[in-house]
Amino acid sequence: MAEFLLYALLAGLGVALITGPLGAFVVWRRMAYFGDTLAHSALLGVALSLWLAITPGVAITIVCLLIAIGLFALQHQHTLAADTLLGILSHSSLALGLIAIYLIPGARLNLEGILFGDLLTVSAEDTMAIWLVAIAVLVLLIWLWRPLLAITVHQDLAQVEGTPVAAVKAALMLALALVIAIAMKVVGVLLITALLVIPAATARRFAKSPEAMAIFGSILGCLAVICGLAASWFADTPVGPSIVLCAGLFFVLVQMLGINRI
Amino acid sequence: MQTLLQANNICLRIGDHEILDKVSFQLQANQIITLIGPNGAGKTSLIRILLGLQKATSGSVTLATNIRIGYMPQKLAIDLSLPLSVHGFLRLADTNSRHAVAALEQVGVPHLLNSPMAHLSGGETQRVLLARALLRKPQLLVLDEPVQGVDVNGQEALYKLISQIRDTSGCGILMISHDLHLVMASTDEVLCLNRHLCCQGTPEVVSANPIYTELFGVRTAFYTHHHDHEHDLHGAVDNREEDRHQDCHHG
Repeated sequence: MAEFLLYALLAGLGVALITGPLGAFVVWRRMAYFGDTLAHSALLGVALSLWLAITPGVAITIVCLLIAIGLFALQHQHTLAADTLLGILSHSSLALGLIAIYLIPGARLNLEGILFGDLLTVSAEDTMAIWLVAIAVLVLLIWLWRPLLAITVHQDLAQVEGTPVAAVKAALMLALALVIAIAMKVVGVLLITALLVIPAATARRFAKSPEAMAIFGSILGCLAVICGLAASWFADTPVGPSIVLCAGLFFVLVQMLGINRI
Repeated sequence: MQTLLQANNICLRIGDHEILDKVSFQLQANQIITLIGPNGAGKTSLIRILLGLQKATSGSVTLATNIRIGYMPQKLAIDLSLPLSVHGFLRLADTNSRHAVAALEQVGVPHLLNSPMAHLSGGETQRVLLARALLRKPQLLVLDEPVQGVDVNGQEALYKLISQIRDTSGCGILMISHDLHLVMASTDEVLCLNRHLCCQGTPEVVSANPIYTELFGVRTAFYTHHHDHEHDLHGAVDNREEDRHQDCHHG
């Protein structure tokens, strides 16, 4: 097997591993649009990294966190619905990111790679970084599993029972920002939410517990990465969209098979 | 007797709206206080302030030191995408399965342990919520409309259960209720709230108070309400809100 294909596979599996449990929270907490907004703002992070000549991963994480804080602050104004607000921020940051990248003199960027992923060009270092971050986020989620679940089920009840709600929510935001930063290479900013939402939603059909849903989500994500890469290799299709399409096909397949246990 | 909770001149203003005006009371161990009042009277706001979930504009809340509080919220809206069993739900408060089973037995629904939360009826949900509150071995139980969505027979049973919990554990209980007559047998004191405390005392004293009658109508009205759907009662109460405030202030 070609070396680049091995790295691509490993990097993809690393991301899929963490998008299972994190994606479950995105689904339970109805944060799909929120995740989309953060993912779009990752483009701004790429621009920032070029300007300041810092590692893209770090810049993306910082920008995502800033946007998350901004959304937090805006939540308290009630004139506009949350999804309208997210729609404004999501597309404005995407547009701003695109323009910022255009304006950087001498920047030779593979824009398509940023938008839709560029898995076949990941290096050994990229793969290593992806696995480090994925494992760190996984440890964070396992450590905070019960409080995270508690605030998802009923935030006030969790707070009365002594859960540090603000800190747990902040940790979830950090996890989301980090995963967006590593997933960008795999499926690109436009498709990251798909990798979070689709495997978790597919897993819902046969998961009996939150933990099972998270684990099945990871497995389904990994399968989508393997099938997507294979499809890309044999049919010469773009990798990121192939992975997302595979995940989508699994979802349809599971719905049609009617595997339905709650 | 130990004082568990003391509220001093709690006021809450949101914009130009006065939600709560100088509410003061205290709750002792082994005492059940029922908070009663029309929709929009500020009952839930008051409870949220007492629990530290919301800040009062002014006034203070003093809780006994290191007090363990069990809270039963008004609504539980778990997203259907979350596959959570009753056991999983109780595990969020206490990971010991034996405790979970014991708490479910205490509230009379041990058979529900492995049921999905999404499949519970209104009454079952309330009992499971109560079980979770009990898991914390509370010295103070705060119940926001514990009989919501429960039929009349079930309501009586639930109130009976709540006073049994007080009798066996000696905890103090603060609960919100819509209906004084159902709760009468299981409460020591009633606080009648309509932004400010209109009247308070034993249920007999409060129900004989003219201010209470002006707020809620005479007792016969309640009998017809009992046959109605719950929302009808709320709606009917809502329509008279304007008059009520005036009456209340005259009193």
